[in-house]
Amino acid sequence: MTQVLNMTWSTTLTNTLRAGLTLVLLLTTSLPLRAELLIRITEGADSALPIAVVPFAESGAIPPGDTLADIVQSDLTMSSEFRTLSAEKMLSLPSQRSEVHFRDWRLLGQRYVLVGQLTRQGERLEARYELFDVNREERILGESAGAPLGNLRTLAHHVSDRVYEAITGEPGAFSTQLAYITRENVGDKVRYRLQVSDIDGKRSRVRLESAEPILSPAWSPDGSRLAYVSFETDKPAIYVHELASGKRTKIADFRGLNSAPAWSPDGKSLLMTLSKDGNADIYRMDLASRDLTKLTDHWAIETEASYGAGGDEIFFTSDRSGGPQIYRQKGKGEPRRMTFGSRYNARPRPGHKGEFVYYVHQGSSGFHIARTNLESGEETVLTRTESDESPSVSPNGRMLIYATRQGGASVLTVISADGGAAYSLPATEGDVREPAWGPLPR
Amino acid sequence: MKFSVQSKAIAMLFSVGLIAGCSSTGDPMEDADYGSDVSAVDQQGGSTVYSDGSRDGVSSSQLSEEERMAAQQQSQQMALRDVTVFYFDFDTAEINAESRDALVAHARYLSANPSMNARLEGHADDRGTKEYNLALGERRANAVQRFLIVSGASRGQLETISYGEEKPAVQGMSDSARSQNRRVELIFR
Repeated sequence: MTQVLNMTWSTTLTNTLRAGLTLVLLLTTSLPLRAELLIRITEGADSALPIAVVPFAESGAIPPGDTLADIVQSDLTMSSEFRTLSAEKMLSLPSQRSEVHFRDWRLLGQRYVLVGQLTRQGERLEARYELFDVNREERILGESAGAPLGNLRTLAHHVSDRVYEAITGEPGAFSTQLAYITRENVGDKVRYRLQVSDIDGKRSRVRLESAEPILSPAWSPDGSRLAYVSFETDKPAIYVHELASGKRTKIADFRGLNSAPAWSPDGKSLLMTLSKDGNADIYRMDLASRDLTKLTDHWAIETEASYGAGGDEIFFTSDRSGGPQIYRQKGKGEPRRMTFGSRYNARPRPGHKGEFVYYVHQGSSGFHIARTNLESGEETVLTRTESDESPSVSPNGRMLIYATRQGGASVLTVISADGGAAYSLPATEGDVREPAWGPLPR
Repeated sequence: MKFSVQSKAIAMLFSVGLIAGCSSTGDPMEDADYGSDVSAVDQQGGSTVYSDGSRDGVSSSQLSEEERMAAQQQSQQMALRDVTVFYFDFDTAEINAESRDALVAHARYLSANPSMNARLEGHADDRGTKEYNLALGERRANAVQRFLIVSGASRGQLETISYGEEKPAVQGMSDSARSQNRRVELIFR
């Protein structure tokens, strides 16, 4: 059942870009005090901080497969805020502070070095790790963490989170999970699968399989439940699925549409699109009482609602102007139209701090992911491929995952939330769609 | 008998055309690009919406040749009922002129056979967002449902469902594939 997709990472950063960045860093190393400023200039959408993740010294029988350093490297690269140095290029392989020669790492153009040891103690793995700032010749992180023997990936993602936070000041999102839907033709039948995996696509598990469509997975704020739409009874209904127990509850099965579930920040209610009164409108359902509150009442289509970062406002799609556009609304108040840049803007997803709203935008060359600054109203188109859909922002607001097509194949792509370098998770069989980035673990 | 059903349907067709014509003048469109998207009207007051179309074969002189017409109509109607898929333009739920004769034939058949039921399955192409497309598919199915009701079918005979972009008739992202996927399928059951 597991690992239905054979997922691999590929980088799209160009070699030219890397060469350019390395050159800048080599020049700056003679002026360490100004290095940070100079790096900031090249930072942003097209740049990344160089970090050497040195293979950890291992003791005891460590399970085979990807090493801890492999996983940390892959995580940091995925963020597009870092680029890593391959082990073959390293002049030494230190595993503790006394073995780190800053001059060597400076020569290699590295800004940070992560070293450590991985030890097996019975049925547990213990990692001790230290992160150094090469220019300042300082240790900026030194700690240890443990995990059960089979959870090397959990441990590695934790190390990635700690490294990310030590450098950027924002929590890492590498220990989070991804939910998505795959659609595959098996003979003359179609199989829809709701899957949950690590954020790098590894350790995927099928949570629901159906011959009928599954749509719109949405994480509860505590990460314990998924809401989604399933057509398994030959009509769309909304289900809430407890991941630990596998228990499912059908919570909305009204006449007509039951779609687009979105959790309230307190996890106690769901926004949803119902057409039981004849026409698609947005409702809020209290999960304990199942009481419904109708939030929009208009003859147009209203759908794809989600809460803003503060929880006091909703964003949704309405075609009341003649085509789908994004609106924001407080309570049951008057909605305000937000998008004007093209004739099709839909499925808004606010970023975690309420600075931006991300959505699907139709441009002259197809459907792209765009964002609008909520304060200034300025719109930026973040992607260039032609069938970009379903943006989902990481819980630290730094990355964005969306579904698109590459050479006819369906893939999930991760970019930095300001539109930086992209990394793709291809599905080798069928389609992969509707990624939903889970919350930070609690 | 057949003639009276037919003339009733024709009368209804005319009146529906008038209603649609009236309500479209008051519709609150902003975007000129969407002038042809009458789906907004479609949601207003339940009036079925379609643009002006041909009413070929219907005139007072022809109606005088009652018997010949009846036989001819019957075979025409059967042929028309072979058409069970109705197509739409991008992001609209406007019933195309070429769909109307077949839909009227289905409505007459349903009216004459009250025990028959049909399911209307609305679909969208792959462009745009999945949840909006789900609502769009429903809007298309509802537009067809209203057309059939106004043309003589009763509401209890018709069930609607939308699959959005989930069940394309044709795989692929060509214009041709997409135009075949923006559809409502009428399925007797």
